[in-house]
Amino acid sequence: MSESTMNDTVFEPLANAFPDVKFEQVLNSKQDVATVPSEQYLDFVIAARTAGFETFADLCGVDYLRRDPRFEVVLNLVSHTHVRRLRIRVGVPGSNPLVSSVTGVFPGANFYEREAFDLFGILFEGHPDLTRIVLPDDWEGHPLRKDYSVGSVPVRFKESPKAQ
Amino acid sequence: MSDTPNVVTGDFEAPTTEPPPAAENPKSESAEARREIHDMWVAGTEEAAWMRNYTDEGAQEMLEAGSDPAVEIHRGTTVEDDFVFDDEADDDELQILNMGPQHPSTHGVLRLHLELDGETIRRVKPIIGYLHTGMEKTAETLTYMQGSTNVTRMDYLSPMHMELAFSLAVESLLDVEIPERGQAIRILLTELNRVSSHLVWAATQGTDLGAVSMMIYGFRDREYILEFFEKTTGLRMNHNFIRPGGVAADLPDGWEDDIEQIISKVAAGVSEYEELFNGNPIFRDRTMGVGVITPEECNALGVTGPMARAAGINWDIRKAFPYSGIDKYDFDVPLGKHGDVWDRYLVRIEEIKQSLSIVRQVLETMPAGDYRTTDRKITPPPRKRIDESMEALIHHFKLFTSGFKVPAGETYTAIESPRGELGMYIVSDGRERPWRMHARTPSFNHVQALPAMMTDSLVADIVATIASADPVLGDVDR
Repeated sequence: MSESTMNDTVFEPLANAFPDVKFEQVLNSKQDVATVPSEQYLDFVIAARTAGFETFADLCGVDYLRRDPRFEVVLNLVSHTHVRRLRIRVGVPGSNPLVSSVTGVFPGANFYEREAFDLFGILFEGHPDLTRIVLPDDWEGHPLRKDYSVGSVPVRFKESPKAQ
Repeated sequence: MSDTPNVVTGDFEAPTTEPPPAAENPKSESAEARREIHDMWVAGTEEAAWMRNYTDEGAQEMLEAGSDPAVEIHRGTTVEDDFVFDDEADDDELQILNMGPQHPSTHGVLRLHLELDGETIRRVKPIIGYLHTGMEKTAETLTYMQGSTNVTRMDYLSPMHMELAFSLAVESLLDVEIPERGQAIRILLTELNRVSSHLVWAATQGTDLGAVSMMIYGFRDREYILEFFEKTTGLRMNHNFIRPGGVAADLPDGWEDDIEQIISKVAAGVSEYEELFNGNPIFRDRTMGVGVITPEECNALGVTGPMARAAGINWDIRKAFPYSGIDKYDFDVPLGKHGDVWDRYLVRIEEIKQSLSIVRQVLETMPAGDYRTTDRKITPPPRKRIDESMEALIHHFKLFTSGFKVPAGETYTAIESPRGELGMYIVSDGRERPWRMHARTPSFNHVQALPAMMTDSLVADIVATIASADPVLGDVDR
């Protein structure tokens, strides 16, 4: 499923500059994924933009609950020059969910990082306005975490004597 | 990419409309005096044409796009505003105004927090979340079979695209091949949906700028497409028709005639809109040079689709990463130059025509065969087989009670929705329900880009800019 992309002309300079970054191709070599250590995350994103991945596509959080690190931030970039996509994954520890913000590189990440903060409680260091975005400001908890239950509202049916 | 031959360049010719005749106003002395001068002195000279069109409100002839220095200043090529934003300045200078969330021109429940310096907008903050229903959390509780009922409710103007993006993501994890007829039906429905979504945009863009009759025309023509959708899928919106493994059913009998009707009616409608808008001085004045966004801003903010193409970015996912066999059909990608509301109008109108051309090609080349995969672990068996075969009964029962399992892995699959890049990120842990489903929706980015388009423009341009971004708030908040 995965194989090295070291001989790829697009990724070779990136792979040489960041030996700790793990490149792989998944799903019949159709999608390129780079797993980045969190301390090199910002530098790698800047290098990727310089290497031609100039368009911001997507950023989201994932909660793996029992895995270490617990959270993951997934950033998708597009290159119009190479006509390729790059997915950057960075692990975020559950005890101290802090990761660098990429809003300085891609301003489009602003809303997405606020969304990830709102729904997962991941903190982005250097974000200009890290506030809740889709939920009310006084909401408690972060609903997309796996230990946040879906919840239910008890419904009392008119004719049912049992429901109380 | 920039040398791709199949591209209509952004050189949209300004319509060669004859300048309207001068207003007959016998009461105005100055007009009469001017006509006298004209008759006495300048008849037959070069100034005569200019004088003929001169009314009390100035010359009324059409100007070529970009030929007016005032337009150039407004487009941002020449900067004349020397305002410097000062955080320390006295707050009394700026007026705070909340627009929305119930304002009718915000296309739903978008709220804008505006800081105004007189009529000029100095800062904008879009505030969203009024329609948030936690659909990404809901998706984790639904099986892959039920998942498309959930995603189709996100972007309610292009539900087919939401379903297609979800189905393609699941299929990329499953690694199944969809039969050619199923793929062609998908392209047919999504391209029709692109047309119907752009028709709603045309209707709202027109009515937001005062052309209220456009509202009626746009929704009238969209109705032809929705009627076909209802006939095919049973519903006008939220179809749940495109599913992982193919589509839910074959096209209804006589669909060829319906499509012919739709193409001819919508094409006739589009030429009416062009007649209504192209030569309309009010529409041109209120859209040209308004809501400008540059290609660099588009890339940095993740602005895609017709908005990015209007700014001159030659990027269409249908060309770059073709899906569902869209590369078999011949179509052009219209491009704009200035990235303003007027160019977005031109690009979207041209996209309607290109989509109709794709629909016609699908109609002419519709292959025979199955409309969904015959892998019985993913799609249910035909009803007749259930009476004959125990295995078919078991497949049917298992599919509708527990769904199918998807191999562990993660995928990001994107398609070109009417608004831009619509991506679906799914993480599977090998069970029947996704571990995580995230929808990258274009409207989210476009609402985020509103400050870049609105800052230092006028209050009156807000409505034109929001309408041209074409946000669907269900798509923004999810």
